[in-house]
Amino acid sequence: MMETIQSFMTAMMNSVSEIFASADLTRPTWSKWIFMALAGVILLGSVLTVTSRRILRAATFLFFTLLATAGLYLLLEYEFLAAVQLTVYAGGILVVIVFSILLTSHISYRFDPPPVWRVLGGLVAAGSGLLLTICVLVLTVFPKGVAAPAPDMQQVGNALLGQDVHGYVLPFEVISILLLACMIGAIVVARKSREPEASQPDKTE
Amino acid sequence: MIFSLAIWILALPLMMFLFLGLAGHKLKPATAGILGTAGLGVVALLSYTVAAVYFFGPSREGGLQPEVLFSFDWLHFTDQLQVKLGFLLDPISAMMLVVVSTVSFAVHLYSNGYMHGERGFQRFYAFLSLFTFSMMGLVVATNIFQMYIFWELVGVSSYLLIGFYYEKPSAILASKKAFIVTRFADLGFLIGILVLSYYAQTFDFITLTSLEGPVIGHPVGATFLGVSVLTWALVLIFMGGAGKSAMFPLHIWLPDAMEGPTPVSALIHAATMVVAGVYLVARLFPVYVLAAPDALMVVAYTGGFTALFAAVIACTQNDIKRVLAFSTMSQLGYMMLALGVSGYGGHDGLGFMASMFHLFTHAMFKALLFLGAGAIIHAVHSNFMTDMGGLRKHLPITHITFLLACLAIAGIPPLSGFFSKDEILVAAFHSNKLLFFVAYAVSGITAFYMFRLYYNIFWGVRREYPHPPHEAPLSMSLPLMILAAATIFAGFIPFAQLVTSDGQPFEIHTEWVVAVPAVLIGLTGILVATLMYKSEKTLPDRVAAFFGPLYRWASRKFYFDELYMFITKRILFNKVSSPVAWFDRHIVDGFMNLLAYLAQRSSFLIRGLQSGHIQGYVFVFVLGAVLLSAYMLLFVTL
Amino acid sequence: MDVPVHFFLMLSAAMFFIGVFGFIIRRNMITLLMAVELMLNAVNINFVVFNRFLYPDYFEGFFFALFAIAIAAAETSVAIAIIINVYRKIRSIEADDVAEMKH
Repeated sequence: MMETIQSFMTAMMNSVSEIFASADLTRPTWSKWIFMALAGVILLGSVLTVTSRRILRAATFLFFTLLATAGLYLLLEYEFLAAVQLTVYAGGILVVIVFSILLTSHISYRFDPPPVWRVLGGLVAAGSGLLLTICVLVLTVFPKGVAAPAPDMQQVGNALLGQDVHGYVLPFEVISILLLACMIGAIVVARKSREPEASQPDKTE
Repeated sequence: MIFSLAIWILALPLMMFLFLGLAGHKLKPATAGILGTAGLGVVALLSYTVAAVYFFGPSREGGLQPEVLFSFDWLHFTDQLQVKLGFLLDPISAMMLVVVSTVSFAVHLYSNGYMHGERGFQRFYAFLSLFTFSMMGLVVATNIFQMYIFWELVGVSSYLLIGFYYEKPSAILASKKAFIVTRFADLGFLIGILVLSYYAQTFDFITLTSLEGPVIGHPVGATFLGVSVLTWALVLIFMGGAGKSAMFPLHIWLPDAMEGPTPVSALIHAATMVVAGVYLVARLFPVYVLAAPDALMVVAYTGGFTALFAAVIACTQNDIKRVLAFSTMSQLGYMMLALGVSGYGGHDGLGFMASMFHLFTHAMFKALLFLGAGAIIHAVHSNFMTDMGGLRKHLPITHITFLLACLAIAGIPPLSGFFSKDEILVAAFHSNKLLFFVAYAVSGITAFYMFRLYYNIFWGVRREYPHPPHEAPLSMSLPLMILAAATIFAGFIPFAQLVTSDGQPFEIHTEWVVAVPAVLIGLTGILVATLMYKSEKTLPDRVAAFFGPLYRWASRKFYFDELYMFITKRILFNKVSSPVAWFDRHIVDGFMNLLAYLAQRSSFLIRGLQSGHIQGYVFVFVLGAVLLSAYMLLFVTL
Repeated sequence: MDVPVHFFLMLSAAMFFIGVFGFIIRRNMITLLMAVELMLNAVNINFVVFNRFLYPDYFEGFFFALFAIAIAAAETSVAIAIIINVYRKIRSIEADDVAEMKH
């Protein structure tokens, strides 16, 4: 038992030092600085999103997190994806969420702090999952990626509407049908019913 | 051709029951009554036609053979063993069709007047129709299982009609008593059916009673306690018949059944349902007489004892309906006795013929007596003969018809009772001298108590009645006159030509050596009753005092009710049922409750798992996924 | 690209489990939705990173992320519609208050 744990710890240490060696922190480059900045924004934004007690602030932190994610995509030279992330996620989804917040919650409303057992439960579940994942990640050796040139927009467009092995025209159409269905569904669900329920007094007031 | 109409004999009362039972409360009472009576009139006409075609139609040559008019499979167990529902026509069922429809029609007609203004008038007619349907189904049953089904149905309708005044506690008790006692007897019947059909591999009456059939032709050799299984089966079947026909010792329900409305007593508890037991034995008569004569002896002695026993009790009762009830028991015993002393085939089957003959005539005059008693009760508003007396001036029609019926049951020629009783006596005379003398004694006692009843009602003290009694309306007196006519003329029906044990007609000749003393004994009974009861005297009290304890015993029905109560309440309930009930309640139910309690507890424990709180689910899901991944990584892949 | 792939993956893992944590501790349905968005985002990063670092000649991860974004948009619109409808009926968007679907 002890030997197992010891060997495990040794393997972990070795892997971690290998990873940091490959990162070569002694030789900072722009991309490393940018990555660290983005990572910091993402982590901080995520934590604040789920811990903030004002819902509108939570939405704002989520917005920053999504922006930073778009930055990651840019860092990886996927400009198109970054643009989509910005327009759809940060521009579309978040606006919808903010609208719904404004429709359903009072602006000065603060959540009650969650009960301790709940926080503990969340910490246990998320923490154990994170630990496991990080262990696995650290112990995994990925093949060294070849430095490929960044894909240009023409390639992306051809693949998106291509019909060959690497073409995505079918999923593309399916997604469009799905979006249409969701649009109709959302309208149907959220539509006000004809009877005058809106005259009911608001509980929160 | 005419036989295709026979199904309406069953279908019409059933439809009438359903219609009156379901829609009756929407009808006016008078409409319901007329409808029921008219339906029964049609049924009666159909029955007469069917019986006439059967008896006098072209099938006459070579004796009357049983005919199955229709039959269909109801339950198919094996190729040999099926339960069918059908319509069997043979001499006794044809005769019973006539009896049931005649009495039932008379009662339907009579009830229009008797039950006038009662609550639940439509319900009453619905139940009467149900009873008629069941009784018809019983008599035309092609197999013993069908008979059993309808047997229970008549039991149910009897229960419903005895408890017709369901607000009266005594009526409810009586209906329960009748149902429970007959059900108990039917237990024996059912076991008997199962045993018999197990060995015979058939339910069918024709196969059962055929001389080359599996029962009579090749009797089984199996025995139980030294007696052949067949005898056991037949004794058990007779037990069911004894329960229905109120034979000793299962007789205790019949007197109480008089709590029902009087027309019901006339129809069910005098003329039709209670003879079902006799009919059952007659139906299986060839089996009894050829394959199990020991069982037939049981039938004979039970009948003889019941006849005497009930007749003695009847002498001491004051409730006129109870007197008639005990008289019915006594006469049923007579019929059983006649069956018991009978042989098979030709003139040997005289007892069988006499029994059926007596069943027929008795149905007529006993129904007449009951309906007459109903008219009297209707006029006097009391059941007790101590409240009556001198009624002959007030109720002339009832008086005459009642007197005719009394004479008939006393066996005075030329009324019908004389002929049928005489045949029974002759049959007993030729077979069993002991039973013959019992029958003689019963005949005398019968004449005595019937005329005691008659004089106490119509003669004796002349009373002042708070409401002057008046003659019954036409709807009540008409059935009385119809039945009186039947009482007078039924004796001249040549029964020996029609209803015999083997279907072959034979000649009967009056044996004066038996008949003359019988008439004399009857006359003696009448004479004694005349001396004692015609005018108010102290003689009856002195006679009662002379017999002392015997009189008291008899007037309390020999304490049989108390004995049964003692056996059931003190011994069965306390010593057997209570421990069993305790066991059931605490051990059996307790075990089940324990299981339920454990299930409930464990559900309480785990119900938090499905709380509907999605965060809880996510928590468990993530943790489970992590643990599962860790397990896979540690022990499966690495 | 001189940042090791491990750092990207650890970042996305952290983001994912922060989303899980938020999902467990919060009761407000909109916040739950935001936590789900976080998780989706983390998954997207994974797809993109694997694609870019391991198979840069193809676009599988790229398109998966793209479609996931589209589906997330659809999911969000439906979820918001349901939330607003629930709010209209029971005047609350607490997940525990939605004990039964019939009102």
